[in-house]
Amino acid sequence: MLTKSIRTAFLATALMGTSLVAQADAVKIGFVTTLTTPAAVIGEDMKHSVELAMEHIGGKMGGKDIELIFEDDGFKPDIGKQKVDKLVKQDDVDFVAGFIWSHVLMASARPVLKADKFLISANAGPSQMAGKRCDKNFFSTSWQNDQTPMAMGEHLNQEGVKSIYIIAPNYAAGKDMVRGFESTFKGEVIGKDMTKWGADAQLDFSAELAKAKASGAEGIYAFYPGKAGGAFIKQYQQAGLRGIVDLYTVFTVDSLALPKLQAANLGGVMGSKMTQQWSPDLDNAANKKFVGDFLKKHGRYPSFYGAQAYDSIMLIKSAVDAVDSNMDDKDAVRAALMAAKFDSVRGDFKFGNNHMPIQNFYLREVTKDDEGRWTTKVVSMVYEGHQDPHAKDCKL
Amino acid sequence: MDWNLLITQLMNGLQLGLLLFLLASGLTLIFGIMDFINLSHGSFYMVGAYFCGTLVVTTGSFVIGIVGGLIGVFIVGALIELVIARKLYRSDHLDHVLVTFGLILIFDTLVHMIWGSAGMAIPLPPVLDGQITMGSIVLPTYRVLIIAAGLLVAALLYVLVSKTRLGMLIRAGASNRTMVEALGVNINRLFLIVFALGATLAGLAGMLIAPITEASIGMGNDIIITAFVVVIVGGIGSVKGAFYASLLLGLMDTLSRSYLDDLMKLVMSGDAAETAAPAISAMLIYILMAAILAFKPQGLFPPAGAK
Repeated sequence: MLTKSIRTAFLATALMGTSLVAQADAVKIGFVTTLTTPAAVIGEDMKHSVELAMEHIGGKMGGKDIELIFEDDGFKPDIGKQKVDKLVKQDDVDFVAGFIWSHVLMASARPVLKADKFLISANAGPSQMAGKRCDKNFFSTSWQNDQTPMAMGEHLNQEGVKSIYIIAPNYAAGKDMVRGFESTFKGEVIGKDMTKWGADAQLDFSAELAKAKASGAEGIYAFYPGKAGGAFIKQYQQAGLRGIVDLYTVFTVDSLALPKLQAANLGGVMGSKMTQQWSPDLDNAANKKFVGDFLKKHGRYPSFYGAQAYDSIMLIKSAVDAVDSNMDDKDAVRAALMAAKFDSVRGDFKFGNNHMPIQNFYLREVTKDDEGRWTTKVVSMVYEGHQDPHAKDCKL
Repeated sequence: MDWNLLITQLMNGLQLGLLLFLLASGLTLIFGIMDFINLSHGSFYMVGAYFCGTLVVTTGSFVIGIVGGLIGVFIVGALIELVIARKLYRSDHLDHVLVTFGLILIFDTLVHMIWGSAGMAIPLPPVLDGQITMGSIVLPTYRVLIIAAGLLVAALLYVLVSKTRLGMLIRAGASNRTMVEALGVNINRLFLIVFALGATLAGLAGMLIAPITEASIGMGNDIIITAFVVVIVGGIGSVKGAFYASLLLGLMDTLSRSYLDDLMKLVMSGDAAETAAPAISAMLIYILMAAILAFKPQGLFPPAGAK
């Protein structure tokens, strides 16, 4: 009797032991994004896209289960870093992915890279991480901040726009967006306003719009991600600037703002143009599957944030598959990530020496789809196979 | 000097100031009369915006949105006073801060649960969506409406506070609460009215700003700090002080955002000025508050007889 119960106990322990090992043996991915504050609308879009990617791959990578841990950075660099510390030290994840905000990524990069883990940015692309602070374990499935505004500058040259007034938020990405634009735009930048950003960001742009109008510039170039974007577009329209000063934006009008603008019937946004590396109507099999299933599941278009988050999971899967889920061989994982052998929803791209994508940039326009939903479609290609300007500062 | 731009910016500053006044007038009364620090005052601002937005989107009428929103916020304000605030008047300030901070989190999460994280764009009727042209100055019609509404509310508050019996009690309460209680005034009812009225004014501010910036979670938390600065600069408990301090801060903020970078470019490089100017204009109101606290700690217009 006694021996039997001891044997049962042993057996139970042994079983528990194996199940613990199996758990530890899963591929662990930490995904950091913003799930509270108004910016949660971006984080939720990314989370939905990651979950869709998990469904598409059947929850497995390299034959192993995936343990996915979402963390909320609360739109704050210090919170983001805390969460990353926890993912690295306590959860011992293999990959840390996500990151909407450049300043959050900048604060969080070191703990991941120091622990020799892989860091995959699904949005933020600060110039530092592309240049001097590039790292063998850092990869991006988005873009370097400068690239999209550079494409916008180039587009304005092609259109023959001579003068521009710049309005952008005063933080790491805002500065990159302005510098990138100025580096390609050949006309004159008549004026520039950098507005307060963060948890108590400035949302009333009356003073800046009045200055832009008084400056006599042909157009306004603006960068306002998240909730500020809708506010900016509305105020531009209310100030009566439409038809007087043209509006050109990057990362401001997206699939998150458009349904809201449509609900409020703010038609002024129709036809407005922006540059981007991706669009819901890009014609490739992976994108059709992603956008189609997302529409079915959530009843609205995914945003570029979602597209990049989806790609980040697919990139990780391609690497884990390639090494047959042997995560100890870091060099092999790194080489497999570098190869980027997966079907990206943006179409073909490859990594540059700094692990930032070398990819196409398109001019997009706001339009209606067949069912009357407001969305964006590609108008033309601005850059083919574009690499960011900071790659040369990276010693990889 | 571009005079048109200056006048436009003065109007923008006036609009910001009047919005601040709507928030700060309630805050200063609640703070001054009940000695109650209400950090969650900004939540009424948010709730007002969401009530109004929902009604505008469902009924298609901006007027119904505003009126219904005001009634809704008044009820929410009254409920908060009856259920929560009333039990806290005798506790110390730290308890007020803790409880009302908790209220902020509860309001934010409720809004997230009910309306989602996306925020709400509020459509304006076409008549308000245009511009008014005065000579060579073009102003958005809606911003002129905000200025008019703000001035109207300020006038009504002036009449209420200085010409009515309720106003007399409010002023008496701000000056010396114990004496008012000792004279047998129903202080509970007075507090309820002041609290709900303050909440309604904050809600009105939220409704007025939402068509410009959208309604979003935590929108009130962004502006409540500035409203507290207004209360301190104007003098705690003084509606008149809140009025002047609001206009002062609104104009200072707008004008520094407009002209500070150009001024600083005279003494430093363009790049340095562009980086430093927004930081300094964001700090200016706090510098002003520090100066007021140092030289006139009771504020610019303290209520008569306040300790």
